[in-house]
Amino acid sequence: MQDVAHFIRYRKRQDRIFNVVGAICTLIGILTLVVLLGDLLIDGLPRINWQFLTSFPSRFAYRAGILSAIVGTICVMIVTMTAAVPLGVAAAVYLEEYAPRNRLTTIIEINIANLAGVPSIIYGLMALGLIGLCAWLEAVVRDGTGWQITLNPGRSILTAGITLGLLVLPIVIVTTREALRAIPNAIREASYAAGATKWQVIRHHLLPYSMGGIATGTIIAMSRAIGETAPLITIGALTFIGFLPPSPISSSPPFINFDWLGSQFTVLPIQMFNWVSRPTEDFHRNAAATGLVLIVFTLTMNAVAIVVRYRLRRKLKW
Amino acid sequence: MSQATAERRFPRVRPRRDTTAGARKRRDLREKGIGLLLFLAGASSILVTAAIVFVLVYESIEFFRHVSIVEFFTETRWTPQFANPKYGILPLVCGTVMTTVVALAVALPIGTTVAIYLSEFAPHRLREVVKPALELLSAVPTVVYGYFALQFVMPALKYVIPGLPTFNMLSAGIVMGLMIIPYVSSLSEDAMRSVPMLLREGSYALGGNKFITAINVVVPSSLSGIGAAYILGISRAIGETMIVAIAAGMQPNLTLNPTEPAATMTAYIVQVSLGDLPHGSIGYQSIFATGFLLFCMTLAFNVGGHILRRKFHQAY
Repeated sequence: MQDVAHFIRYRKRQDRIFNVVGAICTLIGILTLVVLLGDLLIDGLPRINWQFLTSFPSRFAYRAGILSAIVGTICVMIVTMTAAVPLGVAAAVYLEEYAPRNRLTTIIEINIANLAGVPSIIYGLMALGLIGLCAWLEAVVRDGTGWQITLNPGRSILTAGITLGLLVLPIVIVTTREALRAIPNAIREASYAAGATKWQVIRHHLLPYSMGGIATGTIIAMSRAIGETAPLITIGALTFIGFLPPSPISSSPPFINFDWLGSQFTVLPIQMFNWVSRPTEDFHRNAAATGLVLIVFTLTMNAVAIVVRYRLRRKLKW
Repeated sequence: MSQATAERRFPRVRPRRDTTAGARKRRDLREKGIGLLLFLAGASSILVTAAIVFVLVYESIEFFRHVSIVEFFTETRWTPQFANPKYGILPLVCGTVMTTVVALAVALPIGTTVAIYLSEFAPHRLREVVKPALELLSAVPTVVYGYFALQFVMPALKYVIPGLPTFNMLSAGIVMGLMIIPYVSSLSEDAMRSVPMLLREGSYALGGNKFITAINVVVPSSLSGIGAAYILGISRAIGETMIVAIAAGMQPNLTLNPTEPAATMTAYIVQVSLGDLPHGSIGYQSIFATGFLLFCMTLAFNVGGHILRRKFHQAY
């Protein structure tokens, strides 16, 4: 009898111990986040002021700022979003609603899963290689026919945006597919019964109902893209940009231009990497401040995504 | 209600007269066109893969015209900048493997314990809060982690290991491990929660406590899912770039000692990209050869993880 009591006590103690160990391990994760934020705050917060946000990079740490990096990040993100969201949503709609169950579909699906696991720097190499290819083609055409054609997007905002767009494409596709899959078939059948065509079902029902999911996926994809450094370094984003891309709005007709797409640029993570790599303490403070701005961007985006997802889950009852 | 008000409030829905043969044909054509466009979007992902493979293979072939494959894989020095350059990938692979090993030594035990805890022990509401919070760990930009490794973890480690060099694989690996905890824990937890309650109840009925049930029943039944999580974590660690480029140093170094600095494959690509190598030079091509090897390594792990995950989906 005493044996059993002893046994039960032992087992209960075992559970209690693991409860503590598990909680500690979970805490390590949370604590890392807190310490990371605290470290950045201590190092970087004193450096954040109006001058820092509105100055160009400089040889002197106290004069340097992140204006061109912020503008560059925003420009690149606009291109990334324009590239990734329509393509990703269209691909997801195809895979969920149109794709027949055949070998090609399986290949596409496996391919997307693999693309999600390709290291980001490989995307950078791809872009670098394609830039080289475009330059080579230009030269061949010029030598052969004498025509001056422009294929090469160069080390521009356009190249960077498209590269990052392709990088986050799998995220958009996967989240959109999940949102589409959550829509019950009854909705589709009801609108088919009312005489809608496939495209009408998608446009008037499936896309509006999955808008929340698509928005969540887009935000998460953007928050991933905004912090991506490696592929942009490979493309050759510069770190010392003392100018802003040309304004998209001009005073003479046609008033809107897209010259900014071809502009050279820098982005926040690259600016931060550059400052981290310098030996002096002042620049490290600048790096911390840049990191703080960056992390505020990403964490806010993620928080918004979590809230959107949570509210959707509560609101939508099929 | 007057006729006009009624009309305004309930506008008469006019049936679209698209039942004539011509209109129907046009509609069918439009549907077909949209279907084709969507198919092209779906197939575009294959184009991306094709572009990646094409670029890597094309430039690697150019590289291997100058450097023999045997030298690439057996030479123990990687010195592209020397007068007599040697292209042996081993030191870079060694750096990648060592940082990955350190990262896994951190991420696998912690990640697995977190998964078991969240799936079997933690109350429901705690899990709902902790899981997204942990996932924020993987949302932090890697360049910020690099700063963290260099400016916080390295000085902290210096207290424990005096004489630790500023750039070392240990601090980079530890931070990388912290970063991939959510990859490991999230996927493993999903696998553990998909284990049917019946199995747990069987264990409880035999007198098992939660811990015994978790170790002897839940973990073995979700082993392929946990394996998939591990493998995806490994592939993430191999491809990680900024943390190692910032904190592990840029010198190729064939060593198994994690407290030494060493460049990884990814760090080498970054280092070359920072300088402005002319298109077509061997140095330029060498980053593609390195990238190709990196791509093959992660691809192998990704495919392995994919197969394992599919297996666990079929299990129940």
